[in-house]
Amino acid sequence: MQVATFLAYLVAAALFIVGIRRLRTPETARSGNTIAAVGMTVALVATLFVIRFESLLLIGAAVILGSVVGAVSAQRVQMTAMPQMVAAYNGVGGGAAALIALSEFYHLQAEGEMSLVAAITVPLTILIGSVSFMGSVVAFLKLQELAFAGSVSFPLQQVVNALLFVGVLVLGANAVTDGAILPFLSPFASMAAVLAASALLGVLLVIPIGGADMPIVISLLNAFTGLAAAASGFVLGNYILIIGGAIVGASGTILTRLMSSALGRPLRKIIFAGIAASSSSKGEDQEDREVNDVGAGEVGEYLSDEAEKIVIVPGYGLAVAQAQGPMRDLMEALEAEGKTVLFGIHPVAGRMPGHMNVLLTEAGVPYAKLYDLEDINPELEDADAAIIVGANDVVNPAANDKEQDSPISGMPILNVEAAERVIFIKRSLSPGFAGVDNPLFYDTDKTMMLFSDAKQGLQDVVEAVKGG
Amino acid sequence: MQELLAQLAILIIAAFLGFELISRVPNLLHTPLMSATNAIHGVILVGGMITLASDGSFAIKVVGFVAVFFGAMNVVGGFWVTNRMLGMFRPPRPRVKKREG
Repeated sequence: MQVATFLAYLVAAALFIVGIRRLRTPETARSGNTIAAVGMTVALVATLFVIRFESLLLIGAAVILGSVVGAVSAQRVQMTAMPQMVAAYNGVGGGAAALIALSEFYHLQAEGEMSLVAAITVPLTILIGSVSFMGSVVAFLKLQELAFAGSVSFPLQQVVNALLFVGVLVLGANAVTDGAILPFLSPFASMAAVLAASALLGVLLVIPIGGADMPIVISLLNAFTGLAAAASGFVLGNYILIIGGAIVGASGTILTRLMSSALGRPLRKIIFAGIAASSSSKGEDQEDREVNDVGAGEVGEYLSDEAEKIVIVPGYGLAVAQAQGPMRDLMEALEAEGKTVLFGIHPVAGRMPGHMNVLLTEAGVPYAKLYDLEDINPELEDADAAIIVGANDVVNPAANDKEQDSPISGMPILNVEAAERVIFIKRSLSPGFAGVDNPLFYDTDKTMMLFSDAKQGLQDVVEAVKGG
Repeated sequence: MQELLAQLAILIIAAFLGFELISRVPNLLHTPLMSATNAIHGVILVGGMITLASDGSFAIKVVGFVAVFFGAMNVVGGFWVTNRMLGMFRPPRPRVKKREG
């Protein structure tokens, strides 16, 4: 590698780091993204100086095609569909890494230069990249609600996965030893089979995970793609791939850990027991317990006359009902009356880490009003009202009950119980994703239940507040 | 061997640096963070360019071409959508007058 290109890679790495550093505050985040993009440009231009000139035409064509597809999709995507978008980019990144390793294997073989490092990193890159590619395709289909709804499982799934993994190892070993194990398979065909088997493994690993666990899958695939990029850096002996990949791998790992602790479940349980969450949602008979069923007028009246500090807790149901706009209207109507309005956002409120923040920001809610789990709980202590829209599990006190073995036990919750009154805007009494009944529904002194669609309900409350 | 050790050292340092950097990003910005790091793993495009530039059969060229196509989509789409998203993070609007200092 030429010295100049190597130095340019170091500059690019520094720009990536500075860029991510600036993602710590909303004021500097956008420039951070731009700085990282400049770093990327530096890395790409520097690479042009170490490759053969004749190949530029072919590379240029592929880059232009990819850029157009990328730009058009990025410009058109709805913010509610960000998780799918991220899954798609994870997939193509992982797929690219796997294909690069396969192609490099061909080159190494042609030159007869198979080192031990390559013998390990080539199959490894193909494995991780390919799992990430097909895993992301499945995640995309799930999020877009095109296929594999909920948790898809079949008997002996773990055994099949384990066998596939062993198959990948055997095929990989066969490929790098010139067919010492399976002489009838040429090394290249064997390596291509590694790619295919890993792709199938990617599908099988992701299909059982569904619903509320999607943020975990997205974060995990992000980490995988980073690792695949880093591994391909070893294959090619390229430093910028190692650095960029390692940073992304670390980022995905941290977010995965955060999400699994926000769900109160260890990662192992989510990946290997994706079925747990859906098992109890089979609509057990609701006993006829009394609830304080109110109309929008009553809610509006309470908010106007008696509440000063109001905390709104939005869940993914809000985004499903496209009710972010009415939610902002409610905030504005209450603020016009001099009330304090804050938003409490649970880490798993959306379909990927931080998703709900983006959705509310898009609707025009200033980010200074968006509070984390840790920051909102103290605020709830002296709040006069907590309004919960399209959420249930994240405010369910049953999660605190350590004795009960429910899917949500141990999950950190927003402590809305601490507020003076609790207002649910909900279509019915049905429990949420996890299928655990919420005792707060039946606290008739504290809780008001407004049975309505999130959008309609919020619009009605806004009218009532303005009228009152 | 020397080279491999250097690469391993860089991998470890970059991973720790990544942990350090990312742990300090607030929940508020986790989606843009993920989408920006998503764009950064598009650096795989560098690898795609290198491999596509090497000699190979038609099939290998196709593999390389797809890799570069994927990588370019990853880079451009990733940075573009992050920029779009961060454009929505506005400070409290001016009519909610904020008097500071």
